[in-house]
Order: sequence, then C-alpha cells, then structure tokens
Amino acid sequence: MLRLVLILTLFLAVPARAQQEQIVAGMSQNRVAIDATFVGSEILVFGAVKRERPAPDSELGVVVVIEGPTQAITVRRKDRRFGIWINTDEVRVSNVPSFYAVATSGVFDDVVNEEANARRLVSIDEAIWILDRPDIADEQAFVDAVIRIREEADLYTLKESSIDLNQETLFSTAVQLPSNLVEGLYTARIYLTRNGNIVSDHISYVSVQKVGLERWLYNLAHDQPLWYGLLSLAIAIIAGYGASTAFRMFSRG
Amino acid sequence: MQIYLPIAEVSVNAFLLLGLGGLVGVLSGMFGVGGGFLMTPLLFMIGIPPAVAVATGTNQIVASSVSGVLAHLKRKTVDLKMGCVLLSGGLVGAAAGVQLFAYLRSIGQVDLLVTLSYVVFLGIIGTLMLIESVGALMRSRRMAAPKRKKHNWVHNLPIKSKFRTSGLYISVIPPVLVGFGVGVLSAIMGVGGGFIMVPAMIYILGMPTKVVVGTSLFQIIFVAAFTTLMHAWENHTVDIGLAVLLIVGGVIGAQVGARIGLRIKAEQTRILLALLVVGVCLNLAVGLLVEPKELYSIGTEG
Repeated sequence: MLRLVLILTLFLAVPARAQQEQIVAGMSQNRVAIDATFVGSEILVFGAVKRERPAPDSELGVVVVIEGPTQAITVRRKDRRFGIWINTDEVRVSNVPSFYAVATSGVFDDVVNEEANARRLVSIDEAIWILDRPDIADEQAFVDAVIRIREEADLYTLKESSIDLNQETLFSTAVQLPSNLVEGLYTARIYLTRNGNIVSDHISYVSVQKVGLERWLYNLAHDQPLWYGLLSLAIAIIAGYGASTAFRMFSRG
Repeated sequence: MQIYLPIAEVSVNAFLLLGLGGLVGVLSGMFGVGGGFLMTPLLFMIGIPPAVAVATGTNQIVASSVSGVLAHLKRKTVDLKMGCVLLSGGLVGAAAGVQLFAYLRSIGQVDLLVTLSYVVFLGIIGTLMLIESVGALMRSRRMAAPKRKKHNWVHNLPIKSKFRTSGLYISVIPPVLVGFGVGVLSAIMGVGGGFIMVPAMIYILGMPTKVVVGTSLFQIIFVAAFTTLMHAWENHTVDIGLAVLLIVGGVIGAQVGARIGLRIKAEQTRILLALLVVGVCLNLAVGLLVEPKELYSIGTEG
C-alpha cells in the first residue's frame, strides 16, 4: 500500500515539478502568400499560460522568436589598398538565418538570462556563429557586421516589451514580415520564462511561398530558362515596336 | 503603388520604376546610348540586387533600342551595313566577355573590376568628348568651315568596303575590332556599350555624327539581346516584372528623346553626353576613394 502511494506521488509529482506552467500558443496564419502586390505581412502570435496551481511569485516572461530559412553567405570587408577601397577579407558563413525577429515581454536580459540564451540560442548573436579562421583575427567583427547590416534592412529585429502580457496568463504580439522575404519554412519559437530561466516552450511553423503569377514566373525562370529569356526578349521587342508605332501615329494625327 | 518582383524578391514602387525607365529612355533616344551605365547604378540605389539589376538592365536596353532604332530607320540615319559589321565583332566579343566575367567572378573582386572599368572608360571617353565637343562648338561659333577628316591608319588597311550611308570607304577590320572590344566591355560591365561605341565610331571610324546614333542603337539591340539570353540561361537573374515596368517607361522616353535629339544641334548633344559621362565617372570614382560608411557587405550564394 505504502509502495503504491509512493509510486503514485512520484508519477504525479515529476511532471508537475518539471512543468508547473505550460505555454499554449497560436498564430494568425501559418501560410504567407507572396503575390504581385505583396508589401510584407504581419503575423499575430497569441497564447496563454496553462497552470494547475497558483502562479509562483517570480518574474514571468514571454519571448517569441520567428526565424527564416538559413542561407550560406559571404561577408566581405573593404580596406584601403593603393588609395582605393576594395574588398580584402572575406568570410563564408553557412546557416545564417535570412530573417530573425525577437519579441519579448520586457527587457531582453531580464526575460532571458545569459545561460538560457546561450543554451537555447534565443538572441540573434547566439544564432549566428562562424568557425575559427586562423588567418582572420577578428571573426566576431564579421558576425557583428552581418547583424548590423540586416538590422538596418529590418530583417533582424529585437522588439523589447512588445508582448502584451495580461494578468500573467494571456499574451499576444504582432511580428512584422518585410516584403523582401526569402521563401521557405519559417520557425516560430515561443518561450515562457521564470526569473530568466526557460520553463516551457512551444514551436510552430509558417510557410512563406510565392503564389500565382509570381510563382509561375519564378518557376519558368528556373526550369525553362531559355523560354523565359526568349519571353523577356519578345516582350522587349514588342514593347519597343509598339511604342514606336504608337508615337508615329500620334505625331501624324 | 508597390509591386513585388518575382526574381529580385523585393517590393518596389511601380511609378518609381516607370520614372526611372522614362528618364533613361529619354537619354537613350537623344544620345543613342542604351543607358545601361546609368540604369544599372540607379537600380542598385533603389535596392535591386546587383545581379538582377545588370541582367534586367540589358533586357530593358533591347526594348529602348528597338524603339529608338525605328525612329532612326524612318529618318534613314542607320548605316545597316556598318551596323552588321560592328555586330559580327560585337557578338564574338560579348561571348568572350561573358567567359571573362565568369573567370573574374571565380577569383572574386568582380565588383571592383566592374567599377574600375567604369571609371577608366567613362573618364577617358568623357574627357575626350568634352574637349572635342567644346572645340567643335567654338569652331562653329567662329563660323569656320569644318575640317575634312584626314586619312589615318584606319584608311590604310586591306578588305576595304564602301559604307554609303556613312559616306565612308574603309577597311572592315577596324569596325570589327571596335565591335569586338565593345562587346567584351558590355558583357563585363552589364551595359549595351553605346557610350563607348558612339565615340569610337566618331573618332576612330570617322563616321558622321548623324548616322552614329542610329547605327549604334541598331547593333546594341543584338548584343543586348544576346547578353539577356545568356543571363537568363546561366544565372536566372532576368526579372520580367522589373523589365516590363522599365520598358514601358523606357520606350516612351526613347521616343521623346529621339525628338529632342532632332531639335538640338549635334555639338550640343555631344557636350551634354560628355558631361553626363564625366558626372557618372566622378560619382563612381568618389565611391572608390572615400571611406565607405559600411566596410562590410553580404553576398548570398546560390
């Protein structure tokens, strides 16, 4: 009897201690269609904290990370040689996210502590890393440059305190997607933190795809490049001839 | 009105592109240059990826050249025979240039070489044209009779042929070489090459300014069409959406430009073109000499 009670308490206690609180989340859309009039999009991420006992008395935080498909990139640095500025050093980096948006419910360092950030790769500087290069002394400068350039282009964003947290239970935020999106599967990670430690997470996906005419042209350009090229030329020649004829009639009449 | 470009993968204002096309079209019609040397840097500035800007620019050049050449054909200011001779060299040159471009890309530094060749060629040609056309303008002011061109080495080569429209009886070797050289450069620099072709025809071949513009446009059509096909085939970087907008603006601009070109004197046209060329050259040179705000750049692969 005692044994049974022990086992039962163990069963109930373990999951309860591991996940006192659980995050449940949803998104306004899991498919972004890029058509001819696409000017960017907005994804609404919302959810709630599910708990079976009263909330503990520690700082609650929510982090939303939306990450685009990774790319291989070459980062080049200019230096002055013979009086002109030319590319001298270059570093190839594989697996750089094409898009990276972080939204938090408070100041980032308060919501996610350093250890949790390093382990779960939450912030953008944790998500990009390059191999040691013996010939380049300051690899970190190249990583910093990637982040700086992409932040400037609104491809990497950190919006602190942009998540509304209601009564320690309900949360929502809107993440802006710019128009220069790379196609592919985007990952949405949602973390629940207590005192900066991640206590629960949720992951879902958003697919970004070209549709309609955009899709057709893109496929034609890649699958039938010769026909695509001839089509481009045909349009150019017809347009040129058409304009000339139209103008001639116009100036006569 | 924002529009999303399928290959460039960016969203840009459609009217901005129409305006750009129109502006470059006017210049194209006036001077007989394809306008690529202006269009390409302008497209960079509004955020079109360089590879797409270069490839789509050549497609737009086809359209504005067709439009421009028809206006010139009607006025019989195209030397078709000379155009074909130039073209035969031009196509071989463009094919060689595409290979050279691929080689430069494999050793890196292609951006630098493209910019440097712009600066060097625009600089030399612009300065020469400026000196020459200012001189010509002064002479015409003094009402002196224009000097008949002297015989130079160009006239002493074999395989001579008569180019009636240009009023020339010269060897076909110089035009073929000029065509070849311009073909190579146009493939490397992603332009039609009119800004090199026009002065080369005036100063090396001694063609009359009147037929130079139409003849240049005529051969540019084919070189640009060939380059567009190569880009579409090898790099998939021709954006039809972008091309259509630039073309619509460009063909209208080219017609307007051709009519403006008729109103102003040839010497004035040449001064304007020379100033334009020198201006673009200085702008690019400053970019090389002044420390850039952002030392780093990102290139995506694949």
